[in-house]
Amino acid sequence: MLTYHGEEADLPALIYTGAEAEIYLQEWFGEMAIRKQRIPKTYRVPLLDENIRHLRTSHEATMLREARKLGVAVPIVQHIDQESTSLIMDYINGRTLKDELRSVSKSERRSRCRTLGEMLAVMHTGGIVHGDVTLSNVISQDGKLFIIDFGLGNFSKESEAMGVDLLLLNRSIRSTHYKVHSELFRSFVEGYDCVFGHKSREIMEKMREVERRGRYFERG
Amino acid sequence: MYYLGIESTAHTFGASVVDDKGKIYSNVQDVYKSAAGSGIHPREAAEHHSEVAAGVLSGALRDAHVSAAQLDGVAIALGPGLGPCLRVGATVARSLASYLRIPLIPVNHAIGHIEIGILTTGATDPLVVLVSGGHTAIAAFSGGRWRIFGETEDITIGNLFDMFAREIDLPSPAGQQIEKLTQNASKFIPLPYVVKGNDVSYSGLLTASLAKLRSGERLEDVCYSMQEVSCSMLAEAVERSLAYTGKREVLLTGGVAANMSLKDKLEKVAAIHNAVCFTVTPPYTGDNGAQIAWTGALSLHNGIVTRIEDSHVRPRWRLEDVDIPWRRS
Repeated sequence: MLTYHGEEADLPALIYTGAEAEIYLQEWFGEMAIRKQRIPKTYRVPLLDENIRHLRTSHEATMLREARKLGVAVPIVQHIDQESTSLIMDYINGRTLKDELRSVSKSERRSRCRTLGEMLAVMHTGGIVHGDVTLSNVISQDGKLFIIDFGLGNFSKESEAMGVDLLLLNRSIRSTHYKVHSELFRSFVEGYDCVFGHKSREIMEKMREVERRGRYFERG
Repeated sequence: MYYLGIESTAHTFGASVVDDKGKIYSNVQDVYKSAAGSGIHPREAAEHHSEVAAGVLSGALRDAHVSAAQLDGVAIALGPGLGPCLRVGATVARSLASYLRIPLIPVNHAIGHIEIGILTTGATDPLVVLVSGGHTAIAAFSGGRWRIFGETEDITIGNLFDMFAREIDLPSPAGQQIEKLTQNASKFIPLPYVVKGNDVSYSGLLTASLAKLRSGERLEDVCYSMQEVSCSMLAEAVERSLAYTGKREVLLTGGVAANMSLKDKLEKVAAIHNAVCFTVTPPYTGDNGAQIAWTGALSLHNGIVTRIEDSHVRPRWRLEDVDIPWRRS
């Protein structure tokens, strides 16, 4: 019997509902897996709605695969079920970075953020932007970080798109870890710079420019 | 306290009298109509405004039973909009303020759409969906300003309808004509659906819709599909913004708020997120003097006035650049 948080799991179990998809925990060939199911929207005509969900399901699988090719740790896609517009992915048994940062030591905290900076720089230099970088979209499995939720991901070499990634993360850190915000973001930037090299300054400048426009809110 | 508001940012010349409680005593307008198949010509629209200005102004005072001497301020939409049109309204407003020796109040037209929406629907802290010829924007109030949370990356939804209508010689107002045609549609034709996070992009949809028409698809089906796709895109962007901000209200305002399909979709989105959808109704959907007069009243109460020599028109005045001292959060 599979267990979830130390208890016998009653599967499949709905564990999260987002704007676009529902996240279930389920069994997949004897292993615990995640099913991300894009749900129909009543405000779209059925034909349009189905097309969009199909396209995005395969797009997300593509982004996950390409990120993985670059060497970034992401969930492995096990199955694409276009019937139910679902992706079946590895279940990463860990905590969100948002939760983990609250309970680890100062040096671990910094090291996690530095690692995240390196991971994001690998993606960016490889031409992939995530589009929704938050501490909730990073899972730590005993210190090993995985980036999840590539629904808004895209191929881009634009410094603006990369700057938006940094800004979203900066905002995310500030809204949930405001006391250690600058320390954490500095560690992140160290890791990012280290991989990205001199061009990272341009991305940081873009981040500040986008921030001045004031359109990306702090998440409540 | 009575305030006169003057609107002349695009095709509408409007004037309205309101008081400081938000009671609207009059709302008069005259709309420049371009010939079928052609868009708004800024100079011709400005000429139209010059011709109708006196009549609209006296109409607004007459309907309100208020004399010019009773006015406590003149509010003018200084932007955003078409330069030649803005200058007509600004000239009229400056002369009045100077002659009557009353304050001249600068108003941002887009803020006017938001404030008249809040006033007439009773919304309190909404996620604003501003849709018109000049705007397609999702905004929420934070830190003293309305912050743009999502918007079009190219043309507005009003542009989309207008430019499509112009290509096929439909008379204005384009949105209504297109909506009427959709009632006789028999099928949905897939068209480009582009949502990037909270943003939408409509230029590809316009090109593809026209191409479908040229390839022999029925006009009614193309209109229906274009309307479905454009409104669904916006609905999705609104849904993301709503999930993100956690607002309990949606306010649909601006000229395209009169579109029933968009209203229906946003109501569905709001229902999914346990929010209430408020929709502005005519005559306050399209550009009007009341939106300027009421925003002017709010502004003046917070000391916002302009000297005549500083009252330049601002064709590209963005709504997130306006400080809003009368709202808290």
